[in-house]
Amino acid sequence: MLRLIKYILYDILRNRFILFYTLFLFLSTYAMFQLDSDTSKVILSMLNIVLMVVPLVSIIFTTIHFYNSYEFIEMMLAQPINRSVIFMSQYIAVSVSMSLGFFIGTGTPMLIYGIPDAGYALLLSGFMLTMVFVSMAFLASVITRDKAKAIGMALLFWFYFVLIYDALMLWIVYTFSDYPLEKPILALISANPVDLARVMLLLKLDISALMGFTGAFYRDFFGSNLGIYFAMSVLILWVVIPLWLSMRIFRKKDL
Amino acid sequence: MTVSAQLYFLIVLFSLPGVFLTSAHARIFHVYPNAKQNLQETIAMAGDGDTVYIHQGHYFSGNITVKNQLLIEGIDMPVLDGNLKDEILTIAARKVIIRGIHFKNTGRSSINDLAAIKCLDAHGIRVENCILENTFFGIYLSNTDSSVIRNNRLEAFAENEYQLGNGIHLWKCKNALIEENEIKGHRDGIYFEFVTDSQIRDNISNENMRYGLHFMFSHDDVYERNIFRKNGAGVAVMYSRRVHMYYNRFEDNWGSSSYGMLLKDISDSEVIQNQFKGNTIGIFMEGTSRTLFEKNLFAMNGWAIKLQASCDDNVLRYNNFSGNTFDISTNGSLVLNTIDSNYWDRYQGYDLDRDGVGDIPFRPVSMFSIIVERVPPAIMLWRSFLVFLLDKVEKIIPVITPENMQDQTPSMKPYDIHTRS
Repeated sequence: MLRLIKYILYDILRNRFILFYTLFLFLSTYAMFQLDSDTSKVILSMLNIVLMVVPLVSIIFTTIHFYNSYEFIEMMLAQPINRSVIFMSQYIAVSVSMSLGFFIGTGTPMLIYGIPDAGYALLLSGFMLTMVFVSMAFLASVITRDKAKAIGMALLFWFYFVLIYDALMLWIVYTFSDYPLEKPILALISANPVDLARVMLLLKLDISALMGFTGAFYRDFFGSNLGIYFAMSVLILWVVIPLWLSMRIFRKKDL
Repeated sequence: MTVSAQLYFLIVLFSLPGVFLTSAHARIFHVYPNAKQNLQETIAMAGDGDTVYIHQGHYFSGNITVKNQLLIEGIDMPVLDGNLKDEILTIAARKVIIRGIHFKNTGRSSINDLAAIKCLDAHGIRVENCILENTFFGIYLSNTDSSVIRNNRLEAFAENEYQLGNGIHLWKCKNALIEENEIKGHRDGIYFEFVTDSQIRDNISNENMRYGLHFMFSHDDVYERNIFRKNGAGVAVMYSRRVHMYYNRFEDNWGSSSYGMLLKDISDSEVIQNQFKGNTIGIFMEGTSRTLFEKNLFAMNGWAIKLQASCDDNVLRYNNFSGNTFDISTNGSLVLNTIDSNYWDRYQGYDLDRDGVGDIPFRPVSMFSIIVERVPPAIMLWRSFLVFLLDKVEKIIPVITPENMQDQTPSMKPYDIHTRS
């Protein structure tokens, strides 16, 4: 398995996309630190990158990578190797390279300029989102044989979690505004990894506003250790469930 | 005996020339703990212009009533303990001076406002350099004019609001000066009702259960250079006219009904060079008229200003807004106030003629703040991509935000504002 991972990693490095991704993250983070002396504002700008660019790049790159290495996978399947081993090596190699790219890209400027208060939370949520969206990309890839279809599905996933879901949530909040909504909203947030990561960061960045009407409930919840464990385990579920589903499909799939 | 007589003479010479000039035969009394003549009897015996020195020790003397013009001074901070039962000092005389005494453990009552020092229909009282610990009400002035309360430390420890009184409580007073006090853990730090022509300066009012400063029907007052931090509901100024607020700091007042400053039915007042930082709501204005807000600093608040539509003719200018979640929010579309020449860190306009003033107006009310005003739980969607898009669209085509609420001449650079450091 280790040797497999090594080959896949080598393959990923060879097409240089990861390097560009790292460089892009590094340059944008560095530029933000250069432009704004207030570190909390830098975190705000980086929030958008972490919540939108990181999931998008993760999911698209992983899908394309999967189809590009289709022949390699087919060849490996001809060898006496367990299918789950091949699949897991693919997942580990891709997620490790993506998260390394993210950590190096955003972490280095932070190390240079000093890690801001919410910096760790930002790195953690970026990492978790990378893992989640890589795993979703595998699901999109194994469902269909057609590359274009899979990319379309990956984009749809991204659109759904970044934009459509929030619109639905806003609609629900508006429609049911006469009812106590704290707990339903908590459940809704948990059902979207991007929202979960965003709320975890929100509690670090907009704490004064969140102390208002309903925010205190979330602060008590996410501010406590229990809340952090809860959020982390939900995010881990968001990694594990799509991965498990796609592995199940992959094992029985006629490639 | 002669040595101590000389000592007293020196003390008298240096500490109270004023009192002595008024009475040629002023006597001096000394009170020690466990002495034959106790504190209560001594104070009852002393007449106008006399001085009572209370020496170091712990006194459980019950309620003491002062009926004459006395100077009561502690030597090395004697402790007057109310034993959780009594009011400690009740003053019903003119020009009484209390200095350097540690008051402790007054009784609590829901019928009487028991206080460490209570002045009833007195005049010209001075309370200086005292420590008040675990008291129900701290210093309570009722119908007492021209008083000075300076450099006292007040701290209460009760868990619930009903077990607490106000730190410095003034009712129906004139010309009071409240200066350099530190108040912590009371219900209201400083409470003013029907108090006119008074000044509140350089006080620190922290972590009080309700308001750091509570102001009702008190006209022509000035409060400046105070710090109000982490109070349950911030500072409330209500039903008053001509209140002047300068150089104060309002910080970290967190909660759904917590305001850096709550202005309700205020008119003809001034709020200048104050600093509002890290509050859930910086200023909440309701029924406020003809008030000037100038050179204030609003930073890191949830809402910098909640301007209700019932406010009119207010002027907001030369203020700095930076790092607030929402700059201004309002509950109606009617705008009767002037918002001009402020610095907004969210302003994205340009300045082609380089005169330091942005060429396009700034709309401080974002669409999402209106949504949150209507449906508070929607706050959880803040900073999502959807909200970003909504705000952008609304900026271009205003639909639900009040169209006239705009700063025509936003400043490109933050103003250099000197607040209390």
